[in-house]
Amino acid sequence: MTAKVTLDDVKRVAELAHLELSQDETPGMVKDLNAILDYVAELNELDTSGVAPLAQVSELQGATPDASLRADVVLPLLDRAAVMAGAPESDGAFFKVPKVIER
Amino acid sequence: MPSESKTAETLVETPQRLSALREEIASGNVKAVELASRYYERIAALNPVLNVYLSLSKERALAQAGRVDGLAAKGDPLPPLAGIPIGIKDVLVMKGAPATAGSKILEGYHPPYDATAVTRLEAAGAVLLGKLNCDEFAMGSSNENSAFGPVRNPVDPERVPGGSSGGSAAAVAANMAVGTLGTDTGGSIRQPASFCGVVGVMPTYGRVSRYGLIAFASSLDRVGPFAGNVRDAATLLGVIAGHDERDATSSAAPVPDFAAESDNPAAGLRIGVPAEYFGEGLDPEVRAAIEKGIQALKAAGCRVQPVSLPHTRYAIPTYYLIATAEASANLARFDGVRYGYRSGRSESLSAMYRHTRDEGFGAEVKRRILLGTYALSAGYYDAYYGKAQQVRRLLAEEYLRAFAQVDALVTPTSPVPPFKLGEKTGDPLSMYLADIYTVTASLAGICGVTVPCGTTGAGLPVGMQILASHMNEATAFRVARAVEAAKV
Repeated sequence: MTAKVTLDDVKRVAELAHLELSQDETPGMVKDLNAILDYVAELNELDTSGVAPLAQVSELQGATPDASLRADVVLPLLDRAAVMAGAPESDGAFFKVPKVIER
Repeated sequence: MPSESKTAETLVETPQRLSALREEIASGNVKAVELASRYYERIAALNPVLNVYLSLSKERALAQAGRVDGLAAKGDPLPPLAGIPIGIKDVLVMKGAPATAGSKILEGYHPPYDATAVTRLEAAGAVLLGKLNCDEFAMGSSNENSAFGPVRNPVDPERVPGGSSGGSAAAVAANMAVGTLGTDTGGSIRQPASFCGVVGVMPTYGRVSRYGLIAFASSLDRVGPFAGNVRDAATLLGVIAGHDERDATSSAAPVPDFAAESDNPAAGLRIGVPAEYFGEGLDPEVRAAIEKGIQALKAAGCRVQPVSLPHTRYAIPTYYLIATAEASANLARFDGVRYGYRSGRSESLSAMYRHTRDEGFGAEVKRRILLGTYALSAGYYDAYYGKAQQVRRLLAEEYLRAFAQVDALVTPTSPVPPFKLGEKTGDPLSMYLADIYTVTASLAGICGVTVPCGTTGAGLPVGMQILASHMNEATAFRVARAVEAAKV
């Protein structure tokens, strides 16, 4: 957990996250991520063997009483025309994006 | 009005109490329409200095105010927030109003629906004035990450109002709304409440529906109120709380009458003071103010005892790993396809995604997406995200053990008073450390209230954080009322 993040790491992660970082931005991000990851490495001091991960507080006893999932039935939601009107590009029924496959 | 002439004396103004205001509206002494108009005049005068509101919903507000006046004229019973002017943090959607989340990437987006909290406020008669500035996607502790410029602190406009709900806190401090809604993921209600000298409430996880909230970190995000006094904050929470089948995490637990519960004296309550929240890094003037607040609680008949929370120092690293991991997933939806901004450099689908996100997101949002993506990526998942989830359990269980001994914990909300604009922007890590006293309660899902607790020698507000266990907001309110009454 003390891995040093390199310029290539940041470029790879940016690609995974669909982020296009400019030349100017990348070195600063390398520096910031290293500083933050050095800091979070403090967690290594703790022995957590046998501790179950906690993803949601609802797993804690009594934390969210009576939380229950509703029946899985389709309910009326948003008006389609209103939703499509918010899109950058749409034909009214579908969202339009640049061509994916070149012929 | 020229901005140079504005001083704290003209900017800071405590809103009239909700119950008194409602009485005036019910009796016809005050017309809701005139009240809303007065608020819009004050907003017009102060917003150029404070940058609190991003957009105003005048038409909708005045129509609602007109309905309230109609009911009052007929002598009909009025709902609990009849005619009360309220502002909404711009991460909650209002039908037809711009929703920005403080980001350029949602440019032009006018959501076709209302958040549940918005619907409930309006059903209770509230007049919704507009949308409030915040850090981009609620990521920040100073409001300096907004794409629309920082909010300034009404107490001292050279200083930050805190974040991310800086606009929500500043609006109440400057009486640009009687109450507001904010959101809290790692301290984003409690810390700005402290910095602006107002009351802010982070309800228990699951207490208030997040339907219509633009998500940041879904296992942490809460919606909660700000107000000028504890009882009004309790009233607002009572209106927005309760089960909503549109939010699968919302609890069906009954909602008490928080305002009435807050009237119960705090005498006899067991108050824990965790030593770990009073250590290195705590400003001496903040410490002195909080210690006076603790003395006031003793005088009010509370039984104060020390408690130990030894894992506290691991809370910030745990929080920033979990919050950024969840954010990297939640923010994947902003890609130029369904809403908001799309880059002109969209020669291919992949280029469209990348350029839209590069041009649309600010630096802090990108930093957190990168950190979260890294922490979740193959080879690092167990070491970072998995480890953080394990420590999260240790932190949560430590709180639960403390709440077996005491009814509430009291701490400073922030280790420092409000800092100056630009003071921490160059160093992201130092900004993260501003959240040191607030993130653990976020991770544990418990509730917390910030109540004003004195000032520094320079007159800067200090806030006390009062934490209570899951679904025990009423206890936190009782303690907060005692601190408020003591006028520390």
